[in-house]
Amino acid sequence: MNARTEPSWLTASPMYLVLHWAMGLLLALGPVACSAQPPSEAHAPDEIGIWHVRGNVYMLVGESANATVQVGDQGVLVVDTLSEGESDSLLAAIRTLSDKPIRHVINTHGHPDHSGGNAAVSMAGDALFNQNYSVEDAAENRAPIYAHENVLIAMSAREQPPEFEYWPTSTYFTASKDLYFNGEAVRLLHQPDAHTGGDSVVYFRGSDVISAGDLFITTRYPYIDVANGGSLEGIINALNRIIEIAVPEALQEGGTLIIPGHGRLCDESEVVEYRDMLTLIRSFILERIREGMTLQEVYAARPTFGFDVRYGTDSGFWTTQQFIEAVYNELKAQEAK
Amino acid sequence: MSKRTKSLAGQMLVMMFFAATVQAQMDLSGNWFVAYHEDWIEVGTGPDIADFTGLPITDAARERALSWNPSLINQPERQCAQLPLDYTVFWTNFRIWKDIDPFTQELIAYKSHRQWGEEKQTVWLDGRPHPPEYAPHAYQGFSTGEWDGDKLKITTTHLKEAYSRRNGVPRSDRATIIVYYIRHDDHLTVARIVQDPDYLTEPLIHTTNYTQDLHREIPPWKCEIVTELAEREPGFVPHYFPWKNPYADEFAKKYHLSREAAWGGAETMYPSYIENGGTVTNERAD
Repeated sequence: MNARTEPSWLTASPMYLVLHWAMGLLLALGPVACSAQPPSEAHAPDEIGIWHVRGNVYMLVGESANATVQVGDQGVLVVDTLSEGESDSLLAAIRTLSDKPIRHVINTHGHPDHSGGNAAVSMAGDALFNQNYSVEDAAENRAPIYAHENVLIAMSAREQPPEFEYWPTSTYFTASKDLYFNGEAVRLLHQPDAHTGGDSVVYFRGSDVISAGDLFITTRYPYIDVANGGSLEGIINALNRIIEIAVPEALQEGGTLIIPGHGRLCDESEVVEYRDMLTLIRSFILERIREGMTLQEVYAARPTFGFDVRYGTDSGFWTTQQFIEAVYNELKAQEAK
Repeated sequence: MSKRTKSLAGQMLVMMFFAATVQAQMDLSGNWFVAYHEDWIEVGTGPDIADFTGLPITDAARERALSWNPSLINQPERQCAQLPLDYTVFWTNFRIWKDIDPFTQELIAYKSHRQWGEEKQTVWLDGRPHPPEYAPHAYQGFSTGEWDGDKLKITTTHLKEAYSRRNGVPRSDRATIIVYYIRHDDHLTVARIVQDPDYLTEPLIHTTNYTQDLHREIPPWKCEIVTELAEREPGFVPHYFPWKNPYADEFAKKYHLSREAAWGGAETMYPSYIENGGTVTNERAD
């Protein structure tokens, strides 16, 4: 893509766009949707949206979350496996991109909307073994699942842990882990104490694409999984790390592209807006704490008011009030030190 | 009337129909130069902090704008950011040209290049749909056009978050911008209508005039990101607390306006505001 001109979808031919959208429709409707039809922005629960990001990398948009797929001569690499119920759709979508074996699976973190398909995707894969290792054992013939070790710790320590097949099979405890696959470096960069305690940013260095997991989303305030080591401070640090890695092509557009855990494909400028929003909210709540406000008084002061219309919600999982409470408690504890 | 005569008459009717259609499309090509005397403060020195006059903004938009600090543009990530479509359509000189299918000679798109920031926009006229929401957004968005007589109506979606006024009044990434290009000989009127479900209570409408100049070209515009303030840590976000912004009333006092009038909102934009008891002026401090 040449962002000095425009994003690819601005310059793409209608046929290019139709092919992309038709892939999604074919996945959803199977043999019924043989003719190109206008795309639908909403997709059915069992439908996966596919967007070619750049180079080897595709963004796959599920109902639960986004996955990232890298394809090439050596096979397929999958970052995040969506929810368990979307496994078949995810595998079908991957098969429209490549008939090569799935060689690697990576979890940006362990939440079920990003790792629920671990077993199905990994078992559909095919690891390469050394000659002295038996490949006859079908149970072993699966793609390895990489993650930070805190993902494994959190997943296995759940009150009702998932079956063993869902667990990461290859963990790292250092600041980063490197792979080289399909002609480019793939770097797993641990972001401590952020969305969870075990977040990884996955950087495709050749394609210049970052898969951010839930460290960056475009749909709502970030979920801070405090029980598993998450913090707003860590999320802001992670966003700053992404901004440090990303290089816009020109005029703060294009260049490094960022696939969020939820929402649309972005570039650095949108991570900057999200980082700035969270930095402001942290500052507002901290100032209210320093003014002596209790949590109830901070709620009443509405420190997120300017952003709620875009990112807030009063119902369902992770309301604005829960977000404020998590930030308040984190900052209150910091102030007490 | 013979069958052949009927056929010829039919063909002529068809030709007349298409000729009329083609004539209804105004050629917009050329180099257009903005009339800078219009909205001079807006395009020149820039608006004051907390000057929200004439904007139908929500309370949330006002809250965000009151946290805005002009030093924000020192952030390395913002120094070279291009203008959003909201501003490019009335801010800066531009060149516009046709993208013609070389085989059918059909007009596929109008493309434009702006002077300030070298922003580029394509307005598709080939009937393609807008992409799905998860497609990338851009400062100039994704635009399609249709002819309304000899006026070109442009609908733009997939915008990045930006600003309705460059003193921090936010414009959401969920907004849609409608633009009309209306040509009168060597003059071009550009009407901009911003519909923002998040930060505007009603459409924000604005017009600008351009003139065509056959003797001028659009010069290049380059930008380099530099560290302007060495003491700032990466990730620093300059801001004010909206509830105690020290400059919140500076603009109102400067122009002897009431805070309510200075802080905008749809209710302050119309004559009925005064008729209903609204106060525009403030007592002079001196």
